[in-house]
Amino acid sequence: MKRLVRAIALLVCMVIQGHLSQPAVADAVDDSLAGFASTSYADIEKAVAALAATGDPAATAILAALADGRLAYTADKAVFIKNEDGTLLTARTGEPLAGEAPFGLKPVKVNNKVRRAVDAAMGQLTLSSTDPAQRLASAEAAFHAPDPAQLAPIEAALAKETDPRIKTELEQARAAMILAKADASDNDKVAAIAILAARGDQDAKSFLNAAANQGSGRVAEAANAALAKIDRTLAMWSAAQSFYYGLSLGSVLLLAAIGLAITFGVMGVINMAHGEMVMLGAYTTFVVQEAIRNHAPFLFDYSLLIATPLAFLVAGGVGMAIERTVIRYLYGRPLETLLATFGLSLFLQQAVRSIFGPTNLEVGNPSWMSGAFDLGGLTLTYNRMWIIVFAFVVFTVLMLVLRRTSLGLQMRAVTQNRRMAAAMGIRTAWVDTLTFGLGSGVAGIAGVALSQIDNVSPNLGQSYIIDSFMVVVFGGVGNLWGTLVGALALGVANKVLEPVAGAVLGKIVVLVLLVLFIQRKPRGLFPQKGRAVES
Amino acid sequence: MIAEKLGLFRSRLGWIVPLIIMGGTLLVAALNLLLPPDAALHVPGYVIALLGKYLCYALLALSLDLVWGYVGILSLGHGAFFALGGYAMGMYLMRQIGTRGVYGNPVLPDFMVFLNWQELPWYWYGFDHFAVALLMMALAPGLLAFVFGFLAFRSRVTGVYLSIITQALTYALLLAFFRNDMGFGGNNGLTDFKEILGADLQLAGTKACLLLASAALLSGFYLFCRRMTRSRFGKVLVAVRDAESRARFLGYRVESYKLVVFTFSAVMAGLAGALYVPQVGIINPGEFDPANSIEAVVWVAVGGRGTLVGPIIGAILVNFGKTIFTGVLPELWLFALGGLFVFVTLFMPKGVVGLWPSLMARLAQMRERLGYQQPQHQPEAEE
Repeated sequence: MKRLVRAIALLVCMVIQGHLSQPAVADAVDDSLAGFASTSYADIEKAVAALAATGDPAATAILAALADGRLAYTADKAVFIKNEDGTLLTARTGEPLAGEAPFGLKPVKVNNKVRRAVDAAMGQLTLSSTDPAQRLASAEAAFHAPDPAQLAPIEAALAKETDPRIKTELEQARAAMILAKADASDNDKVAAIAILAARGDQDAKSFLNAAANQGSGRVAEAANAALAKIDRTLAMWSAAQSFYYGLSLGSVLLLAAIGLAITFGVMGVINMAHGEMVMLGAYTTFVVQEAIRNHAPFLFDYSLLIATPLAFLVAGGVGMAIERTVIRYLYGRPLETLLATFGLSLFLQQAVRSIFGPTNLEVGNPSWMSGAFDLGGLTLTYNRMWIIVFAFVVFTVLMLVLRRTSLGLQMRAVTQNRRMAAAMGIRTAWVDTLTFGLGSGVAGIAGVALSQIDNVSPNLGQSYIIDSFMVVVFGGVGNLWGTLVGALALGVANKVLEPVAGAVLGKIVVLVLLVLFIQRKPRGLFPQKGRAVES
Repeated sequence: MIAEKLGLFRSRLGWIVPLIIMGGTLLVAALNLLLPPDAALHVPGYVIALLGKYLCYALLALSLDLVWGYVGILSLGHGAFFALGGYAMGMYLMRQIGTRGVYGNPVLPDFMVFLNWQELPWYWYGFDHFAVALLMMALAPGLLAFVFGFLAFRSRVTGVYLSIITQALTYALLLAFFRNDMGFGGNNGLTDFKEILGADLQLAGTKACLLLASAALLSGFYLFCRRMTRSRFGKVLVAVRDAESRARFLGYRVESYKLVVFTFSAVMAGLAGALYVPQVGIINPGEFDPANSIEAVVWVAVGGRGTLVGPIIGAILVNFGKTIFTGVLPELWLFALGGLFVFVTLFMPKGVVGLWPSLMARLAQMRERLGYQQPQHQPEAEE
């Protein structure tokens, strides 16, 4: 609110520089200004109302200064605005005061009652502003704090208003005021309820609740009916919102799990260090952003685009190194692989902790990833939306790599029948390394996305590893489509259960259901068929 | 041949291990209790608590080895059974505080008063009796393991899948116990214990008794497991580990064998947890952390899976190392632990215990080279 007032004040100050007010009003303004030169709060309050009634363009700046405690007066009733840098402006004209500061300057006293008067006066002044944005803001303000005493100015503004959006807002403000007014007729109140019901949000609900509790038979009835209707629509929107959150969580899970679907699903290697590959991707993003901040700030909006391939290379490189040095010797011994890679994950975590410190690091959002937009009753944040898009792009690209490239062909050949593939001249050991590198690299890419919505700390990966395994096992090993369906189903199930059962309990319920599911179908939603399964 | 030799080696060790454990702890306890604090050989109180902790970990490792080393079930959720037993003990100890709590409520533990609870939840009933608590220390983990195992083994969830869902199990419990409205103290867990069976927990004598009790429990379970693994039953377990389908085709009910051992092992882990809690003075949801369970697996791997003395040695060695490292170079502990995981799996698949026979074999080779006539051994014993 204060910010808004200040912005308005600044705007008005600039307007005043050019225009001089008409002399007829000027007298009334001078009279009201004289009222500020008082120690009585009642006088000051009266002066505020009087000043607002003049509608003078200088009034906003003066009132804003008053609310901030920057209005001062001298013994001879001259009133000045103190700027934040200490210079003085004559309140009447808004022009800087030449020469020395006048003797005996005292600040005009403000208490909460005066501040409320200032707020009301501001609302009244801005309703007649020429700037539509200001008018809209003040109509909204009037709606949120409906004061039946303000009904007349609102109705006057409504008659003059041509902008449909502002007009609706004003009508709703008027309706709220009528409901709050004790002596309004039942017919008026029912009409007002209809208008508020059409608005249909939480604010409208609170006014309607008040009406339902206080009003007489017909009014209460209408209010209750309107409330029920709003509740239904709100429930629908909140279900849609949960679904969107679920989709967003699902795509995060998809990103985290899809690399695992390659290393675990396709190669059969249990990589407990997979989460740390995600973490390395997030730290790569951090390093890229730091470099950009220091050397080329204008590139900041592109930082994620630069970080994505780098994260792929870093995580993929580390993954290939791990495969060459450790995992290669443990093929066919899945439990040992699990232990060794868990050791590697501890090692990587501690390494990152030693280099970057144990605290959360600040990774910035580029401008196109911050903010949100409204779609009906939904609030969609840009970063979540981009992550959904990103997850699907990564999925598609990976699918293409596996289906359409020769590397993908070789990978599938090695998974299905290693010895036959070797006999056909495929360098199976090298394909293993590349496959592992691909899975790890995709994890690194997931880290870039996760750095935008989660804390970048050495424990980042740990929090996703169990969920990722669940997704892969749920979806069915060796099947990327299964991973997609599994991730989205788990994400949506989590978020839909959350409002019913609470965040933690919802997660527990999902985990227990998953464990039970695996008992029923040990090979997941989309089990692999054929001879390769048993080996 | 090596296997036979290993068998001989083990059979001699059979009585040595409990003797060493009991004798060692008796000696340490005596040095702590009987000598004045300024004597050169006096063992300070914290060492007693530390040793007790190691022995509880050793029992956890032993229980894990029973399922992993002998039946081939790699459980990544044994910490959950350990913690459940610990919570059962913690609940008993909480009830023993009585009116000595901060709020002085005779029935409700402090955290419940703090949360404005009016009466004791039903699942806390009876925990003021030690017998009930003792029953629950075995029953809570045992029942969970039974239900879980029944579902998992019946639908033939094996290998890595089983490991991952055991991990999910302990993870779900971790989340659950973090909740305040579960009635287990939430984030802070249960602590501030005063006495056990009427004995003040702060007294040196009580601590020494707890240490001896841990040693006795460990020795008892060691001997029992030894009997079990050497019996016909144990042979079937190894058969299940090495060739599950073949054992099934031979007519053994593989699921039942697995279920019995898994449940028994969970009870062992629960009792280990129950003895752990009074010695460290706290139980909180952190014990359910999946990382703890995996750490227990590495104790077994370091010591040598598939032997009974291995996990005990491994648990004590690794935890001793952890105590030293976290005291001197806390930064490096995770490097060391991580490195240990990799090193053991790559270069010491049979653990520390496995070093002995291969050392003997190496020695025999050397002797042979020096001209001694010795019966030849294959250096690597195949499984």
